[in-house]
Amino acid sequence: MNRIAVEKKVLNENQLLAEALRERYRQRGILCVNLISAPGSGKTALLERTLERMDKSTRVAVLTGDLQTENDAQRLAKFGFPVKQITTGGTCHLDAKMIGKHLEDWKLEDLDLLIVENVGNLVCPSSYDLGEDAKIVLLSTTEGEDKPLKYPSIFFKSELMLLTKIDLLPYVPFKAEVARENARRVHPQMEIIDVSSTTGEGLDTWMQWLAARQQRAKTKLQSVGT
Amino acid sequence: MHELGIATSILECVQAEAQRHPEGRITKVGVKIGELSGVDRDALQFGFEVLVKDTEWESLVLELEYVPRMQRCSKCAYEFRMTEFDPQCPLCGEFLTLCISGEELDIAYMEVDE
Repeated sequence: MNRIAVEKKVLNENQLLAEALRERYRQRGILCVNLISAPGSGKTALLERTLERMDKSTRVAVLTGDLQTENDAQRLAKFGFPVKQITTGGTCHLDAKMIGKHLEDWKLEDLDLLIVENVGNLVCPSSYDLGEDAKIVLLSTTEGEDKPLKYPSIFFKSELMLLTKIDLLPYVPFKAEVARENARRVHPQMEIIDVSSTTGEGLDTWMQWLAARQQRAKTKLQSVGT
Repeated sequence: MHELGIATSILECVQAEAQRHPEGRITKVGVKIGELSGVDRDALQFGFEVLVKDTEWESLVLELEYVPRMQRCSKCAYEFRMTEFDPQCPLCGEFLTLCISGEELDIAYMEVDE
């Protein structure tokens, strides 16, 4: 018997495709973010409010994933930006191959910001790199404060947590401070923004976060170019 | 939920390696599963068994090695296993400690009968 060392990532193929996507974004100064949450935490509602607030000259596009239906793409298309639905047919997450395939007929040169809305699931999407600059996890006030402890992987890998539906705080037993504390126990450096897609609270801070990250992606491009 | 997909990726990796060792037969594949990998070991083991059943790979053994989350203190460089999501350094009390392992989802080795 002979033991051979392999030292290869199990999802090596996905990783290679993701790195290739990341390089394509980097060369063009595109910011790509990957939105992840449980079903019903408000990813699509947040995107509606986000697109609504975008200047019409913003070069933003959205890829939205679900197992079935074109519903989310229809909801998001009315803001006039390019939107494409990825229906996985049953797969519980998006992978880099699906992203690459759905980007085929878009010119990346025409984009500054690509938002990927992952399939509603806190488990599987955490294993698949999509080439994004940042994973963003949403936790809503109608869920449990202990979700970060129950699903540490995704909270650990996300740079930003959006605490959504904060307008409901007076009506639900959810303790926001405990949720934030749990998130920071799993990921001490995590940024957290409280938002409500219904009242608009916190959305300015979220938009500023996006703008700052876009600026960073552009700056990186320029420093590479010189 | 995605463990069957992970199992498929592992098997594909074994098949690719098998082509490089046509004289031998791969009997075991060792995979590291980090605490933060988001992969359930029981579900993966089960998915793998289902995947290889009634195929030429039926006797292939999948050995999973669990890798706990380890932190390194930014101040005193002490390395410790993180429990109960408490990032504080047990030696010097510093809170800023960095994760140095636990994200693994790696194929570590294969055993070949020659």
